[in-house]
Amino acid sequence: MGFFGQFFVLAISAIFIQNFVLARFLGLCPYLGVSKKLDSAFGMGMAVIFVMTLASAFCYLIFQYLLVPYHLEYLQTLAFILTIAALVQFVEMVIQKNSPALYKSLGVYLPLITTNCAVLGVAILNITPLGDGSRYNFIWSVLNGFLSGVGFTFVLLAMAGIRERLEMVEMPKSMRGMPIALILAGIMALAFYGFMGMKI
Amino acid sequence: MSFVSELTKGIIKENPIFVIVLGMCPTLATSTSVNNALGMGLAATFVLVCSNIFISLIKNITPDKIRIPVYVVVIAAFVSIVDMSMAAYVPALHKSLGIFIPLIVVNCIILGRAEAFANKNNVLNSIADGIGMGLGFTLALTVVATIREILGNGTWLNFKIMPSTYDPMLITLLAPGAFITLGFLMALMNILKEKK
Repeated sequence: MGFFGQFFVLAISAIFIQNFVLARFLGLCPYLGVSKKLDSAFGMGMAVIFVMTLASAFCYLIFQYLLVPYHLEYLQTLAFILTIAALVQFVEMVIQKNSPALYKSLGVYLPLITTNCAVLGVAILNITPLGDGSRYNFIWSVLNGFLSGVGFTFVLLAMAGIRERLEMVEMPKSMRGMPIALILAGIMALAFYGFMGMKI
Repeated sequence: MSFVSELTKGIIKENPIFVIVLGMCPTLATSTSVNNALGMGLAATFVLVCSNIFISLIKNITPDKIRIPVYVVVIAAFVSIVDMSMAAYVPALHKSLGIFIPLIVVNCIILGRAEAFANKNNVLNSIADGIGMGLGFTLALTVVATIREILGNGTWLNFKIMPSTYDPMLITLLAPGAFITLGFLMALMNILKEKK
């Protein structure tokens, strides 16, 4: 398989088959918390894609060239979370300086991303051995981070679209808000289960 | 507030999952069996109590601007301890919880309590808050896991309790079942709250 063939397989599996939110249960807090409006969901999604791609790159480099040579693999959790926290802070400062408009739309979501488990999750998954014992190399780690972010944004936007319409619907008072959002997520997960076991 | 009321508030009144709605990822992912739920709940409780103690001890010498990174480092250190001890003593449980043990670091409950409570209160109250919130988390996880394990597998803590003619609803063990179970449980909590 050529590069593009592999890229396509990774894209389908990261976005549909092993979707971060609906199949792996990562990044649920923003998925349920920031999906009330389409605008804010879009801002959050873009910020997550950006940070997940950067975090995949930096965490991979730190693991491969700092932790492995010195046999410090047991420090991975600590090293990764510090990397991500520093990265988020740095990205926030750069955006604030260079593009105030973008900062205004992403600004509130950036600090939240530090505690988004999808970001730490993708960094850990990238360095976890796959089924055949090999690991992703640098390029595939970055691509995996990017595509998983796209998958996250995809379901976040779908959820926000449904929830915006749901505001007008009549339903029992006890189901309003979180309960109906969770049941909706369940139905979406059911739809995504159609992709399960798909082999390309 | 007294020690006892700090201890009990997390269990029902301010339950971190059903009332405050924090820490959803481990709740949904590790509630496939009661065994996993208890393991996850106790691991998170341990980290919560330890980080609450430590953060409340250093609250006066932590500069305000860098407090969040400081909390994260403290929490990550305790999570690494839990991760390594579980890998050594309960390898089977460690394997089935998988990535969600290192992910305790980003569990919003722990950082949330550090910021909202341990940062402002003395050590004794922080311990009570940590134990209460941790038990509330464990309790909620166990309730979700009980429903899922009984319906999806016919067992509770690996004891067979459903009659052998019962055909397990496998869907409750899969991702969609997790969402739907928690959704209905929260609706139930809302009904109970309205009645009061």
